[in-house]
Amino acid sequence: MAFLHATAKHGSSETKKRSWLPYLLLLPGLVWLFFFFLLPILTLVSTSTKTPGFGIGEFDQTYRFANYWDAIVNSRAQFLRSFEYAGIATVLALAIAYPLAYAIAFKSGRWKNVLLVLVVAPFFTSFILRTIAWKQILGSSGFVNRALIDLHIIGPQTHLTASAFAVVMGLTYNFLPFMTLPLYSSLERIDPRTIEASGDLYANAITTFRKVTLPLSAPGVVAGTLLTFIPAAGDFVNAEILGNPNTKMIGNVINARYLQIVDYPTAAALSFTLMFVILIMVTLYIRKAGTEELV
Amino acid sequence: MKQATRWFSKNLIRIYAGLGFTYLFIPVLYTFAFSFNDYRKSNLAWRGFTLNNWKNPCGAPDICNALGNSLKIGLIATTIATILGTLIALALGRYAFKGRTFVNLLIFLPMATPELVLGASLLTMFLNFGFNPGFLTIVIAHVMFCISFVVVTVKARIASLDPRLEQAAMDLYADERETFRRVTLPLLAPGIAGAALLAFSLSFDDFIITNFNSGNVNTFPKFVYISAERGLPAQANVIGSSMFFIALIIVLLGQVVQRKRKVS
Repeated sequence: MAFLHATAKHGSSETKKRSWLPYLLLLPGLVWLFFFFLLPILTLVSTSTKTPGFGIGEFDQTYRFANYWDAIVNSRAQFLRSFEYAGIATVLALAIAYPLAYAIAFKSGRWKNVLLVLVVAPFFTSFILRTIAWKQILGSSGFVNRALIDLHIIGPQTHLTASAFAVVMGLTYNFLPFMTLPLYSSLERIDPRTIEASGDLYANAITTFRKVTLPLSAPGVVAGTLLTFIPAAGDFVNAEILGNPNTKMIGNVINARYLQIVDYPTAAALSFTLMFVILIMVTLYIRKAGTEELV
Repeated sequence: MKQATRWFSKNLIRIYAGLGFTYLFIPVLYTFAFSFNDYRKSNLAWRGFTLNNWKNPCGAPDICNALGNSLKIGLIATTIATILGTLIALALGRYAFKGRTFVNLLIFLPMATPELVLGASLLTMFLNFGFNPGFLTIVIAHVMFCISFVVVTVKARIASLDPRLEQAAMDLYADERETFRRVTLPLLAPGIAGAALLAFSLSFDDFIITNFNSGNVNTFPKFVYISAERGLPAQANVIGSSMFFIALIIVLLGQVVQRKRKVS
């Protein structure tokens, strides 16, 4: 806020003259978001009530709101499955990422930055390549599968791929860095002396964690769960590569409706419903968690 | 025995973190290992060690064309998104203005919308206006979803700056422009660099939005996805692993430079 101070000193005429400056800074980026985010979403909404016209890929606006009903009824199973898988993956990612972020923030000393880089580094090996790698690792000839068969944990003919397990594992894996980074940045901000103080006041490790560390890291938990849940609920790549026909998520349906069946109204209705449901869940969640400004 | 138990419970969190990193790196190691596979048609089973794939990374048809497109799109989209996002972050972090809530919402919404919906809606609009998807539409889409992440990253950096540094510059008779150029901008530089790196990695690795808006143009993730059906060439593993190592080296060099600057 240094600039505000400075302009205030120079008198009100200066402040007035400068008041357009923030808008000038905002203009190019907001124009981009208006034309390539807001306008497309509005087009999507308008497409969602169209009905097929004469040619393939031609649709007329008939304001047929029943499109939504039809689309949702037909894909109810995939919708529910998407939220179920994304929910489980988010909880698993939180369970894996919290201790990871905690160790990096408090126990890594001079290796902190290196470890932080390592969390993001797998991103650079394309995410599709890594998902395909999982398919082969978990596949019938992969070492994980063979080890489990040798240990008699699974039967000799079973394989781990093409299953709900593989899809959820893939989702957990692919969005783990999105969970770890916000957790780390909120944990890192905690003053270690508050944790010490809690110990001095005779709280044991569990109480300290429950009453001090966890509440202080709440913003990271909120941001991390959102950044994991939202992309996981809309994903179709993991279900496509690691799943079977019975593990299809809503993303698979939308993708096929758009690019293979060329049924834009149904795809648009499903997309908008997905966005709408997620936004409501996000709003409720943020309100419940009591975090003010996310950006 | 007692000592071992105590060591274990003391280092429990480190062991757990080690397991977490193992989980993160298993597929990366697998991809790297199979880049040396003497594959035929599909790179599924191990057939023997060879350096041929590394000697001839462009050996698979269209792979280097796709990689080139991804790099070009990544660089262009990163540049535009970093500039637009930094300007927004400066406005949000430095000025009081009307409509702030609306701007915050407009920045937050693209992050709260699944990629699939972003890609599908953009394609719907392009088709409605009779605009053929291709290189340009990929760049447009990538800039759109990178802006918000740049804003969030740079804004966090602005919030952590000490305002007294700028006041000191002003006290030393630097005008507003000079203060910005010689004090604020250099202080923001690491944040902006981090945001650019994030934007590039998001753009380079994006498949879902690209798949909707790319028409006939191929990118590296799209190449991997499409050729996986027919059998993925090991050259894809070579390129994936190289990008991993290049990114690691760039980031670590950046860390060293930053540390040196802090010391001097």
